[in-house]
Amino acid sequence: MKFYYIIFVLILASCSVDPKIKPKLPSNDIKEIIPEGWPQPVYRFENNLLTQEGFELGRELFYEELLSTNNSISCGSCHQIFSAFANTDHRFSHGVNDLLGNRNAPGLFNMNWNTSFMWDGGVNHIETQPLAPIANPIEMNENLNNIVAKLSANNKYKQLFKNAFGTEEINSQLILKAFAQFQGVLYSYNSKFDQYKRNEVSLSNEELAGYNVFVLKCSNYHREPLFTDHDFKNNGLPVDLTINDFGREKITGNANDKFKFKTPSLRNIALTAPYMHDGRFNTLDQVLNHYSSGITNIINLDPILQNGFTLSVTEKNNLKAFLLTLTDYKFIQDERFKDPN
Amino acid sequence: MYLKSMLQQFFQLLVFIVLFVINFSCKKDSKESEIKDTPTANNSGSLNLSIEHFFDTLPFVLNDQYVLDNGNKISISMYKYYISNVSLTAEDGSSFNETESYHLINAEQSSSCLFNIAKVPFKKYTSISFTIGVDSTRNTSGAQSGALDPALGMFWTWNTGYIMAKLEGISQQSSAPGNSVAFHIGGFKGNFNALKQVTIPFTNKMINVTSSSIPTLILKNNIKEWFINPTSLDLSFTINVTMVNSTSKSIADNYADMFSFKTIQN
Repeated sequence: MKFYYIIFVLILASCSVDPKIKPKLPSNDIKEIIPEGWPQPVYRFENNLLTQEGFELGRELFYEELLSTNNSISCGSCHQIFSAFANTDHRFSHGVNDLLGNRNAPGLFNMNWNTSFMWDGGVNHIETQPLAPIANPIEMNENLNNIVAKLSANNKYKQLFKNAFGTEEINSQLILKAFAQFQGVLYSYNSKFDQYKRNEVSLSNEELAGYNVFVLKCSNYHREPLFTDHDFKNNGLPVDLTINDFGREKITGNANDKFKFKTPSLRNIALTAPYMHDGRFNTLDQVLNHYSSGITNIINLDPILQNGFTLSVTEKNNLKAFLLTLTDYKFIQDERFKDPN
Repeated sequence: MYLKSMLQQFFQLLVFIVLFVINFSCKKDSKESEIKDTPTANNSGSLNLSIEHFFDTLPFVLNDQYVLDNGNKISISMYKYYISNVSLTAEDGSSFNETESYHLINAEQSSSCLFNIAKVPFKKYTSISFTIGVDSTRNTSGAQSGALDPALGMFWTWNTGYIMAKLEGISQQSSAPGNSVAFHIGGFKGNFNALKQVTIPFTNKMINVTSSSIPTLILKNNIKEWFINPTSLDLSFTINVTMVNSTSKSIADNYADMFSFKTIQN
């Protein structure tokens, strides 16, 4: 009886993995991840079923230079995997025709938890985020109609869209959904600090002391586990009069938002230099020195920083040791995220 | 070990059965919905909505020059706007809401100024309601398609949101390069929300949707309303409005009453 039952089960099992039937199911390799203890993400791939093929298309698009007006730069030009998808050494993004942007390219990871995108929070959805750099005249300076035309004339993309969405009819919605499948899967949750939280490794005394400083002085805004509160703050940087970037005010029209910028995540911070919205600091030491002695009292300065915010030399050294534990080397070496070409 | 593999196979069987049942039930569902659709289709027809553009009493022509009450002159080279969430109220008090109801009207394309509204139940209707612009839901739901495709140029990429209505042209009063005037009106939330809800009763007339006719509702859109009432625009001062602020809000307040009933062809 048992024997027949097993045969029956085997027959059924073999049916269910018939290679001729390729149902579009989420693959094991590319799937939504919510690390233990993390909040629910804002974006759950609603109306955008996450598949291996969709992810692969999104990755091709991310590294595709056809998305810029003169086919010279891709998203990957300024978001490089080895710096957690920030732009190493570049204070500002270099756009088409050697044009210079006026903000620093942030790292890209854990984007599904973002409540807004860009330094000023001007974009409200992960799917429409790519439109901002694509349309910006000092970045990729391209419009969607041209992009749809360029991709539609390309046999590789016809096939990739067919694989991902079952159609060769390319439109902006499918482009943006594929982008969200790639960008949404850029999960970074395997830093030394994450391993420490999972009781897999221990931290040194210096790192632990730095963690205590962080909890006391930084964690209000750089809140765990994302290490950001996704809010906008003025952290007392003297205004760069050559740029006059008003930050969040440009989006809300609210004078109380003047000179406020998004709290960046501290994850992978050792990799994402230069720092701040305008990349004015090249090193972590400069950043910590800003908080210990460089805060300028300008309009809308955050209250926490107003009354003698200090960091001693020891605190700074320990804090730096702690910040280095936030680097996720597994993330930046992940073959799935690299340029496939 | 043996127990483990038994368990695995049992699990596979379970998965297979579940998938099989889901597959089967899906097919059944779609059959049922087809059957449901058929009688609905038999109880509903359609109507055409036609929008005629005017500048005050004059039929509007792109690039023709018009004179405002304050003497300002304007010729309009581009005029586009969204109409969304169209609903019709019947004489019995019931209402019909068009599904996926987003229409981009472009004065340059006459085809966009006349469109069909389908699956309208056979009834007599006394008024129409719609929104000028795109509701906040679709402004916050990521990548859209059709009339809401951002490739259509009615979408702000740097500050997410649809441009509800767009008017561009030339005025001698404008000090901008080429004497240009550009009003891109958007904003779906907060103090400067530009969404405008419009309800237009058909005075003493009714639209009669039947199996034998497709009536046409003709609405007037008076573009002069952009420039007057309650705020009279001075085109030497209000020249380039492409952000969400108090000026964009006052222009939306102006054009909120630009639609009126013209006639019904039953």
